Amino acid sequence: MKVLIPTPLLSYTKEREVEASGATLGELLADLDRRYPGLRFRVIDEQDRMRPHMRFFVNKVQVFDLTHPLRPADSVVLVQALSGG
Amino acid sequence: MARTSKKSPARKQKSAVRSKPAPRRVVVLVATRKGAWLFHGDRQRKTWRADGPHFLGQIIQHLVLDPRDGRTLLAAAKTGHLGPTIFRSTDFGKTWKESGKPPAFAKVPEGEKGRAVDHTFWLTPCHADEPRAWYAGTSPQGLFRSDDGGDTWEPFSIINDDPKFREWMGSVQDGTPDGPKLHSIIVDPRDPAHLYFAMSGGGIHETRDRGKTWTALVKGMEVVEGFDPANIAFHDPHCVQMCPKNPDRLYQQNHCGIYRIDRPSNEWIRIGRNMPKQVGDVGFPMVLHPRDADTAWVFPMDGQTVWPRTSPEGKPAAYVTRNGGKSWQRLDAGLPKSQAWWTVKRQAMSADARNPVGLYLGTTSGELWMSRDEGKRWSCLARHLPEIYAVEAAEVG
Repeated sequence: MKVLIPTPLLSYTKEREVEASGATLGELLADLDRRYPGLRFRVIDEQDRMRPHMRFFVNKVQVFDLTHPLRPADSVVLVQALSGG
Repeated sequence: MARTSKKSPARKQKSAVRSKPAPRRVVVLVATRKGAWLFHGDRQRKTWRADGPHFLGQIIQHLVLDPRDGRTLLAAAKTGHLGPTIFRSTDFGKTWKESGKPPAFAKVPEGEKGRAVDHTFWLTPCHADEPRAWYAGTSPQGLFRSDDGGDTWEPFSIINDDPKFREWMGSVQDGTPDGPKLHSIIVDPRDPAHLYFAMSGGGIHETRDRGKTWTALVKGMEVVEGFDPANIAFHDPHCVQMCPKNPDRLYQQNHCGIYRIDRPSNEWIRIGRNMPKQVGDVGFPMVLHPRDADTAWVFPMDGQTVWPRTSPEGKPAAYVTRNGGKSWQRLDAGLPKSQAWWTVKRQAMSADARNPVGLYLGTTSGELWMSRDEGKRWSCLARHLPEIYAVEAAEVG
């Protein structure tokens, strides 16, 4: 499925839109990390919690759970809620 | 007349000068809130070339050269929004590669609240006999080790999960405003199994068996009035350093004073009591002379009332002791005379090993200052950098 990548993670993917697969959001992030090593830990901590300011949208709906199921036709968007100076 | 091969006195002198090895070049490694810079000095430390920014926009807490190979750099990084990582360079900053497994706490079972590393704060190369090995201290407090040049990191010893240490670490509420930190990881050059580290807060700890057992080393250290000094959690060492000349002597800049300890004694002596009363002995950094165990520098800050943590009265100055802390002299020539309200953080002051010793300091307002003569005279090396978190003087060539 298509995954839209926020600009702070372009150093990993080099592209705004990449392909990845997984039956859940967690599996999708694991696949992204296989393709782009190091990416997952920048957005998910070692306790499997989403890092502050990172947002995950599936078909334009924000999700908060890595077990959220995904289908191949879903659109996934990673967003960094930028704040501060 | 046949020419004589005997050299004239002048030529002899010239030959002697020629045979003396050229001094090594100093490179000042500057870590800031928005990237890292390398300032390459000439052999006289008079002209400097800025190389940077590296990692523009990333928060770099510490940038350290591996003295064992003279070319490997490690940078502790995160952004305001992305998680923490370590970048490595094996060609002195020409190229960088991200750590394959940055420091991270062990995952706790489902339902328990585990800790997550917010940022790696401190990097220390291990002993000379352990090439490619490094220690890292994190915020919140954690101790990690890499044995592959900083590529993969594992928790070191029991520190991160031991109930007693966790109690001493306190909560985020007990730590510094940008998170409680494990710092000042010190390796005894005589014995790789003999280590110290410090925590803000959480005291100073020592092992002589490579982390199998630890002893708290806080006797003589004071705590904020009203707190119990017997409780390790209340001790807040800001920066601890071991004398290169005498590894049995350590100095410490603490939240509550400046101290010295001479092992095997287990008791710190508050040498900051000898500082001028109007300046006090609160500060962050502690810098030691490479060849004289009686000489140390501090950079005091205002720790009165609401703790402005600026230069006292807006007049920045380093202070030096040449007698192990019995007396202190003010070193402010060249520094602003008034209205300079910056701070020098605990990692942001450093010394080279040249003679006379060069001192380097970075300010919270993004200025890099240096002294070529052990603090007698200061000059500004760079302005308009982001807030400076760490300054390390490395020698190469």
